[in-house]
Amino acid sequence: MQLLAERIATWLGMEGLPRQAVVAGVVLVVALVVATVVLTIAGILTWAERRVAGRTQSRVGPNRVGPLGFLQWVADGIKLITKEDVIPAAADRTLFRLAPYPVIVGIFAAFASVPFGQKLIAADLNVGVLYLMAITSLVVVGVLMAGWASNNKWALLGGVRSAAQIVSYEVPSVLAALSVVLLAGTLSLQGIIGKQGGWPWEWYLFYNPFTFVAFFLFFTSAVAEGNRTPFDLPEAESELVAGYNVEYSGMRFAGFFLGEFANVYLLSAIATALFFGGWQIPGVTPDMQAASPVWQAVGVGLFALKAGTGAFVVLWLRWTMPRLRVDQLMGLCYRYLLPLSFAMLLGNAAYVWLVPQWAAWVVQGATTTVGLAVAGVFVRRVFYHIRHVGDDVSLDLARGESGTFDPQLQVRVYGAFRRRHAGDSAS
Amino acid sequence: MRAFIEYFAAIGRTVVTLGDGLAVTGSYFLRRPVTLQYPDRTEKPMVALLPERSRGMLEVDLDRCPGCTACETACPIGCIRIEVSKGKPRLITRFDIDLGRCMNCGLCSEPCPTECLKHTKEFEGGMYKPDLLLIHFVEQPVPVAPVKKGEPGPPPKPLGSILRRLLTDPYGRKRPAPAPAPAAAASAPAPPVAVAAPQPVSASTPPVSATPSAAPPSTPATSGGPS
Repeated sequence: MQLLAERIATWLGMEGLPRQAVVAGVVLVVALVVATVVLTIAGILTWAERRVAGRTQSRVGPNRVGPLGFLQWVADGIKLITKEDVIPAAADRTLFRLAPYPVIVGIFAAFASVPFGQKLIAADLNVGVLYLMAITSLVVVGVLMAGWASNNKWALLGGVRSAAQIVSYEVPSVLAALSVVLLAGTLSLQGIIGKQGGWPWEWYLFYNPFTFVAFFLFFTSAVAEGNRTPFDLPEAESELVAGYNVEYSGMRFAGFFLGEFANVYLLSAIATALFFGGWQIPGVTPDMQAASPVWQAVGVGLFALKAGTGAFVVLWLRWTMPRLRVDQLMGLCYRYLLPLSFAMLLGNAAYVWLVPQWAAWVVQGATTTVGLAVAGVFVRRVFYHIRHVGDDVSLDLARGESGTFDPQLQVRVYGAFRRRHAGDSAS
Repeated sequence: MRAFIEYFAAIGRTVVTLGDGLAVTGSYFLRRPVTLQYPDRTEKPMVALLPERSRGMLEVDLDRCPGCTACETACPIGCIRIEVSKGKPRLITRFDIDLGRCMNCGLCSEPCPTECLKHTKEFEGGMYKPDLLLIHFVEQPVPVAPVKKGEPGPPPKPLGSILRRLLTDPYGRKRPAPAPAPAAAASAPAPPVAVAAPQPVSASTPPVSATPSAAPPSTPATSGGPS
């Protein structure tokens, strides 16, 4: 970003103060572009969440505004902007107004070093991973501020829980990311992606068993850091109403809300960069990609696809898992994730130190095979469950819009299901 | 050692159960939604989709009513009010059903000797005033139908056609000509041919012409109800 700005200033032939102004202007424009893109992604994710939730629960989800209800998030955004911004009488007004900003800044600023493409990155920091981990910790400050300033017991409990959770899960997520840093020998996200390749067996996910496990540790801790279900204790509806943002309304609430969804995409994007080869295209070297704008576009698309898939899994998890208890949450972190991530870090260190190159190839191939086999078993299970209740599969997401309704089908399908399990409840 | 095994067994259980849980929700994600988008995106009119014996609002076919008041007696909440005049041709001067109070129990239609009092499949009776659901079925006094066991009376009219003519819109205004499809669909047990929006004119004629018998159409809310 800085470099781009400097180059533009040099190109314009400016020196001294005007040069600084040009640099500042370019930086501002880039920041605005990144913020707009992130807001759009977060908005689309709110729609995607509701569609995924709908289909998972045999519903349709939002479908009235635009095709497939796609413009629902625009309508929701306009509604939230026009809503009254209520500040409770007993609240700490200054803190209350300020609280959404650390959350938004913490997450949006992280996108500055997310490598959307080989050349599509706002700032390729040489300490990219460190920067990401550090800047996202700013969210805790905002959440605690919101919880404290609301002067509300639910908000305070939610804020404290959230702080404890984020601080705890920061450790395993950083340690899991460190495994990759150790292998790549760089903290720069572009550097880490450059060390991987386009094919799955060239990803760090399948590099060795330790990185394979480290990915799941990272993903779990990142989901927990983002306060997503099953780790959404700070927002537990059944006990805390809405948690730290219970008193917020209008655009300030939208700040927290969009921050949460931007965080979902952020964690998927980081996971993509660290473990899934980022923008690398199978069969295309980074040099070839750098030379061709077409390959650049394909790379950007591939990154978006991978990160989008990751975000989908996060949404999918939300509609699968029940919420953890507080002690279970901390137990998971300190009894399982933390020791395991340490073990994976040590394992990777030993791997780099001990395993010769030819053995590394074998391990890489074996890990890929095992990983793909696991994926295959999973897909088989999905189809087993489809057959189990009656196969009425439709990949067409628009299906159901016309309100196809066949009571006989319901009776047949669920009647068969009940008959099959007739003895289950009796025993 | 035992604790060690238990530690990894717990991890294994977590992975397997979580994976299977994801497979279950994933299978539902791939499945077709069962939602029926009721008011405006149903394939057929809602009435045609309802089960064969669903009990909606009541209607009475006065051409077949013997004026026996068995239904009035049977009604547990007294939402039916019938008045039959004495005299040579006995006239039914009033047959009111307060559909707002009716609980669709079906006890009235059971004793009806001619099956003239029936549940339709109609259910959309939202009104701004509850009195609008008080339906006066008698617009002009009608002679009672002679009942003879085993003798078929006048042919039954399409289910719901009488009610739809009398039921107002939520503001108490007369409704436009009854919708075509529900009548055809309701009377025929077999699934009707896909009746969509396009041909309302041709199909709308039978229900209208089927009931010109009794009286010229008058405004439905003319007199105070029973109660």
